[in-house]
Amino acid sequence: MGIPKDGGNGLGAVLSKIATDGRHGEDSPYFDGWKAYEENPFHPAQNPDGVIQMGLSENGLCFDLTEDWMKSNPKASICTAEGVENFSSIANFQDYHGLPEFRQAIARFMTRIRCGRAKFDSDRIVMSGGCTGACETLVFCLADPEDAFLVPSPYYPAFNRDVRWRTGVQLIPINCKSSNNFQLTLPELESAYEEAVESGVNVKGLILTNPSNPLGTTLDRTSLRELLEFTSRKKIHLVCDEIYSATVFSSPEFTSVSEVMHEVECCDPNLVHIIYSLSKDMGLPGFRVGVIYSYNNTVVSIARKMSSFGLVSSQTQLLVASMLSDEEFVEKFLEESPRRLRARHRKFVRALGEVGIGCLQGNAGLFFWMDLRHFLKEQTFEEEMRLWRVIVHDVRLNVSPGSSFGCPEPGFFRVCFANMEEGTADVALGRIRAFVSKREHDGEKKRKWGGNKMLRLSLKPLRYDENNILTTMSSPDMMSPRSPLVRARN
Amino acid sequence: MLSRKLSSNSHGQDSSYFLGWEEYTKNPFHAIDNPNGIIQMGLAENQLSVDQIKGWLKRRNLTGCEPGVSDFKELASFQDYHGLPAFKSALAAFMGKIRDGRVTFDEEKIVLTAGATSANEILMFCLADPGDAFLLPTPYYPGFDRDLKWRTGVEIIPIHTSSSNNFRITTSSLEQAFRHAQTLGMTVKGVLITNPSNPLGTTITRSEFNQLIRFVDSKNIHLISDEIYAGTVFNNSPDGFISVAEALHCGNHSLSQRIHLVYSLSKDMGMPGFRVGLIYSNNPSLVSAATKMSSFGLVSAQTQYLLANMLSDESFVHSYIEENRKRIRERKQLMVSRLHEVGIPCLESNAGLFCWVDMRGLLDESGPSFGGEKRLWTRLIHEVGLNVCAGSSCHCSEPGWFRICFANMDEWAMEVAMDRIKSFADSIRGQEQAAGTVLGQRFILLLLLSFIFVDDLGRTLSSQVKS
Repeated sequence: MGIPKDGGNGLGAVLSKIATDGRHGEDSPYFDGWKAYEENPFHPAQNPDGVIQMGLSENGLCFDLTEDWMKSNPKASICTAEGVENFSSIANFQDYHGLPEFRQAIARFMTRIRCGRAKFDSDRIVMSGGCTGACETLVFCLADPEDAFLVPSPYYPAFNRDVRWRTGVQLIPINCKSSNNFQLTLPELESAYEEAVESGVNVKGLILTNPSNPLGTTLDRTSLRELLEFTSRKKIHLVCDEIYSATVFSSPEFTSVSEVMHEVECCDPNLVHIIYSLSKDMGLPGFRVGVIYSYNNTVVSIARKMSSFGLVSSQTQLLVASMLSDEEFVEKFLEESPRRLRARHRKFVRALGEVGIGCLQGNAGLFFWMDLRHFLKEQTFEEEMRLWRVIVHDVRLNVSPGSSFGCPEPGFFRVCFANMEEGTADVALGRIRAFVSKREHDGEKKRKWGGNKMLRLSLKPLRYDENNILTTMSSPDMMSPRSPLVRARN
Repeated sequence: MLSRKLSSNSHGQDSSYFLGWEEYTKNPFHAIDNPNGIIQMGLAENQLSVDQIKGWLKRRNLTGCEPGVSDFKELASFQDYHGLPAFKSALAAFMGKIRDGRVTFDEEKIVLTAGATSANEILMFCLADPGDAFLLPTPYYPGFDRDLKWRTGVEIIPIHTSSSNNFRITTSSLEQAFRHAQTLGMTVKGVLITNPSNPLGTTITRSEFNQLIRFVDSKNIHLISDEIYAGTVFNNSPDGFISVAEALHCGNHSLSQRIHLVYSLSKDMGMPGFRVGLIYSNNPSLVSAATKMSSFGLVSAQTQYLLANMLSDESFVHSYIEENRKRIRERKQLMVSRLHEVGIPCLESNAGLFCWVDMRGLLDESGPSFGGEKRLWTRLIHEVGLNVCAGSSCHCSEPGWFRICFANMDEWAMEVAMDRIKSFADSIRGQEQAAGTVLGQRFILLLLLSFIFVDDLGRTLSSQVKS
């Protein structure tokens, strides 16, 4: 028979399970703050009391560079008098291999970001509808419904949608701890894997973002090797989302999984995949340029066929090919963008440090991981949400609560800093100072730094030394960030 | 190690539709550089009107960086899956214009997708669970095997049509397909048609429209109409172009929530590279779910901006639509008349970028078979140098029909293609005649021999009797 007739307004009954099960995850708090912003958005002139958007991880610091390039290179656009002769061939081009010059430019760009330490083959570049499309397509290729991917937590919330929604694949978080800067440890990974397997789950792989969203940190070489060794031994896939690879603004330098593959003897390249996009590094999320880069030939072939569901507009392929082939522009951009990110990051963490708010020592990304545990009356997620509502509605800053990233410990928030003008950043900092000062005046007690064993570690106020290198205040309890994949303490 | 999807071939790309494409790319025709190459007549692209668009671009000289008109920063950052309002508004108006104002569209009911490919897949994800079925009239667009089934797990059950009534959909064929799905244990979630039809090039009649509406209403299932060729209707059939959008305002609330359209600019505007598709539906739950799903394939903001500008230019749109129809009509008439001259009929059509061609007369056996069709297709590719689409790849239930595209080449290439078909058809007929002559001669010889034998026998018998 057809669909059962539903009485009344049960329109949901005529849709599929996927359409109605809510696994897209958009009912989470991550989007509630976004909605609060949309209803009352800050504008320096028109709405100076509005909500400032600090929940959107966007790179808005280098638009001037890309805009200048576009104005100086009208031939890269098929709309201009200089470029219109390309219109026919471009408008007609729907080959899912993509424009060869596009793939070559992307491969060169990815190689350049890694300073040539790994070389990318343009024949392995597969297009996708942004990193969102890349992630989903790759999961369709690697796993069947009910299979699972492990992910270190806290993690990018939209993985719940991208990995799980239409694929039917599960996502199993591995809870990381503040006591070692939320870095994934080998025992934690092993334990999560064994637990899943013992409960009958077919674990197909591990997915992680490196540099990390929301932490703003990078994995070091040793840790990457250990992860790759583990996944290779267990014969599961390793998917590295390297979407923030060019946002690394201070040491340690970025190490991509592509650089360590040859150092791991048991590494099976058929199990290693990278997803990428220009949305963060280049600040072009609207252009929907996503990439799947797999070392598995079958995956490349099938993902390419699947890319029919989300090809990059040929108009955009042409523009990107031209832009990223301009080596002078690329050099300038890759130097200037991290410099501006570093300056903006410093502005925020310094100001927050001055009012006693600590952040995880980060060296990458468009955000920092802020510690507000001392603002919670109790260390619970209810308290975290209560504090978050105060921040959104009273302080009028849309930051993202740690719980929306699956953070296992309450009191942490991701704060984006790169999506606003300098003036707006000043307003945001002014509001934070006012908020903290008001709390002190109201007599609310803050827990002191170091007064509680749980708080003794890494999340101290940061400072920049005379060489403008980000360092932490010295503390005997500080875990070295150079070997984050450490053995967990008992 | 990998998913089952990788080992299945329900991406459908082993079919002759895609294989022919591959053959063409190895040896593509070029009037000067490769005059003996394969002419691509298997790809339904519209290259007849691109000069009009280039002319508009030259007059406007857009860069995407004009202050006050567009802010580059905003464009580069724009990733809202609701789409650029100006673009959706222009699209809604455009869709109304290509239907000559007989129906109007509300921009709030549009969901932007990465081409019609993505739109159709999203509709399957939203309307059906794995193992459910959609009914599709045959012949149908070969890409549906990938778009509707591959990642969704949805099944296609054919609604068989026949040349005896010009491949029209009937209530009995709908019912038969529905029953067939039931015997296979599948839940039917809806019917999907292309209107104008690919590969037939016809629009649905009023009778077909009524039968379809009655059927989906009685079964309480969905109706999806992929109207990607709506702007290619070059002749009014007696009923005119009846868009399924008419049913959106039918007054039956429940039914109007189950009627959905798919559209794209790839065919009407000749821009398949820009990946502009959409779903149109009255059903707010569907629009909401589909909008979220569109995250996996949004339309580039740069492209939305360009096309918002173009489609908002009413006088350009008006002249483009008229001129495009005229050129399609003329090119189609050229091909049909040349085929007619060599005794190859086409299904009478009023739309599309192709004709549905009856090549049963060129099959190599006394009775038509799919084996014969495949052999003919292979000869067409390798001997004649034409990539056409065999009816079997469109799941046609009768062998010998081919879809031949006419709008993706210039007139010179069309003339070369028609000459090649003429030579081929003549040579087959010549062989048949020669074979017929040989056969005829053998038959006469046998007949003569048999008379002699009988006569001899008669004399022998009579001599026996006499003796």
